[in-house]
Amino acid sequence: MRRLVNFLVTLFAVSIIVFAAMNVLPGDPALTILGLDATEDALEALRQRLGLNEPLTKRYFLWIGNALTGNFGISHSFSVPVSDLIIERLPLTVSLAISGMTCTVILAFVLGVFAAANHKRYGDWGVMVISQLGIALPAFWLSILLVLLFAVKLRWLPPGGFPGWENPTDAIRSLILPTLALSLVQSAVLARVTRSSMLEVMRQDYIRTARASGFQRSRILWRHTLPNALIPIVTIIGMQFAALVTGTIVIENVFYLPGLGKLIFQSISNRDLPTVQALVMLFAAIVIIANFIVDITYSVIDPRLKDRA
Amino acid sequence: MRFPLNFVIGSIMIIFVLTAAVVSLFWTPHSHSELNISMKFAEPSMLYWLGTDQLGRDVVSQLMVAAQNSVQVALLAVFFGGAIGTFLGLTASAIGGVVEDIIMRLADLGFAFPALLFAIMLAASLGPSLNNAIIAIAFINIPIFARVSRGSANQIWQREYVAASKASGLTKFKISIDHILPNIMAPIIVQATIEFAVAILAEAALSYLGLGAQPPQPSWGRMLSEAQTLMYLAPELAIYPGICIIIAVIGFGLLGDGLRDITDPRLQGDR
Repeated sequence: MRRLVNFLVTLFAVSIIVFAAMNVLPGDPALTILGLDATEDALEALRQRLGLNEPLTKRYFLWIGNALTGNFGISHSFSVPVSDLIIERLPLTVSLAISGMTCTVILAFVLGVFAAANHKRYGDWGVMVISQLGIALPAFWLSILLVLLFAVKLRWLPPGGFPGWENPTDAIRSLILPTLALSLVQSAVLARVTRSSMLEVMRQDYIRTARASGFQRSRILWRHTLPNALIPIVTIIGMQFAALVTGTIVIENVFYLPGLGKLIFQSISNRDLPTVQALVMLFAAIVIIANFIVDITYSVIDPRLKDRA
Repeated sequence: MRFPLNFVIGSIMIIFVLTAAVVSLFWTPHSHSELNISMKFAEPSMLYWLGTDQLGRDVVSQLMVAAQNSVQVALLAVFFGGAIGTFLGLTASAIGGVVEDIIMRLADLGFAFPALLFAIMLAASLGPSLNNAIIAIAFINIPIFARVSRGSANQIWQREYVAASKASGLTKFKISIDHILPNIMAPIIVQATIEFAVAILAEAALSYLGLGAQPPQPSWGRMLSEAQTLMYLAPELAIYPGICIIIAVIGFGLLGDGLRDITDPRLQGDR
C-alpha cells in the first residue's frame, strides 16, 4: 500500500516537473512556435487557440486530465492528434524493447553462468574483461561499429532505416543490429550481476551436497544454482528495462528507425512542444512503472522485505 | 605504499586525456576548425597524424580540443551536481526528521527521472546547447551525491567526538562543516571520479544526438555523428573519437575503483 502511494506521488510529481519544464521555462510557447518575427496579432491568435491565456494550474489539470484519457492534444508540426502519432510508432519501439530485453537476458545468463562455472580461470577473466569494456562502451558508438562491420564491410545487414512490417523478413533484418546494440551493453552489466549472484549461491552447502551426490555439472548450474540466484538478478532486470526503454530513444536515432525515440527528436527540431511533452511523460511513466513493478516483485520473491519501505 | 593496479592504469589513461586537453589550450598540430578542402580525407601522415576529415580539418587537433570540451563539461557538471547534492545530504543528515524525509524523497524522484529525458526536455524548451547539457548532467548527479553524503554523514554523527562537540555547544551547521564534511570527503571523491566517467559518456551521447556541443565546437560525440554519414567513404573517422571516449571513461572508472580500494581497503575486490 505504501509502495502504491509512493508510486502515485512520484508519477504526479514527475508530471508536474514535465509540465513546468515545457510550459514555464520557454517563456512564451507561442513565440517559440512562430519564431521571433511573428506579428503580435498572430501570437495572440495562437495563444488563444492553445489556451495559453488560462492560468497555469488550470492548464496543468486540463493536460493531465486529458492525458489520462489518452488525449495528448494536437501536434503542432503534424497537425494530427499526438496520440495518433504515438500509436503509429509504438509497435516499432515496443518490438525493439522486447527483442532487446530478451536478447539481454539470454546473453547475460549464458555469459554469467559460464563465468561463474569457470571462476578464477581464463573463461571467467575473459567474460569480466568483455563486460568491463561493454560497460564503458557508449551504445551509440557500439551501434556505429556494428554498422561498420555488418553493413559497410560484410554487407550482411542494412545500415539503418525500416522498410515497414509489410515485408516481415526485411523488417526483422533491419531490427537485428539495433537489438544487438541495445542488448550488448545491457547484458554486460547483467552478466556481472548473474556471475556474482551465482558465485554466492555456489558457496552454499546444498550445492556442495548436490555435487557430492554426483549430479551433472551443467544440471547443478542451471537447475540448482541459477534459480536460487535469481533474486538480485530480477531486480537488476527491472532496472535495466527502464534503461533499455530510454536506450531505444538513442538507438532509434542511430539507426534511423521511425519509432517514438525518433519522433521525440523530430518534435524537438520542429519545436512541437505538445508532442515532446507527451512523449517525455510517456517514457518517464514507463520507467516509473517498471521501477514500481520491480519493487513489488522484490517483496513477492523475498517476503522478508514486505514490511520495509 | 603500493598502489593498486587499477589505480595505476586509470591514472595513466587519465593523464593522457588531461594532457591532450590542457595542451590543446595553447597548441594543436593544426587549427581544429580551419577548412582545407583540397586536403579532405587525407591519409595519416607526418603532417596529419590521423589524417583529415571531409572538410580537410586535422583529426588529431579536433580530438584534442574535444578532449578539453569533455573534461570541462564533466568537471562543471560533477562539481555543481556534487556540491548541491552533498549540501543536501549533509543538511538531511544534520537536521533529520521531516526535512531528511523530504530531501531523500526528492532524491528518489531524481533517480526516477532518466537523465536523457531531462536533457530532451531542456533542449525542447530552451533550445539545444552545451550549457543545457551541463545542467542536465549536473542534475542527475544531485541525488547520487545526496545519497552518498547522507549515508556517510549518518555514520559520522554516531561517533563520540561528534557527541563531544554537540555537548560543547557547537551548532549542527558548524559540526557539519568542521567534523562531518572532512570525514566524508573520501567516499565523495571516489564517487566524483566515477561520476566523471558517467558525465563524459553522457556528454558524448548528448552531443551525438545534437543536444550538446553545437557546431563548430568539436566534441567526440558530434564527431561521431558527422562520421556516421561518411561511413562508406572514411570508416576510420568513426573509430578515433570512440576510442577517445573509451579511454576517458575506462580511465576514470578504474581510477575511481582504485581510489576506493586505497581509501577503504575493506571493500577491496568486493563487487
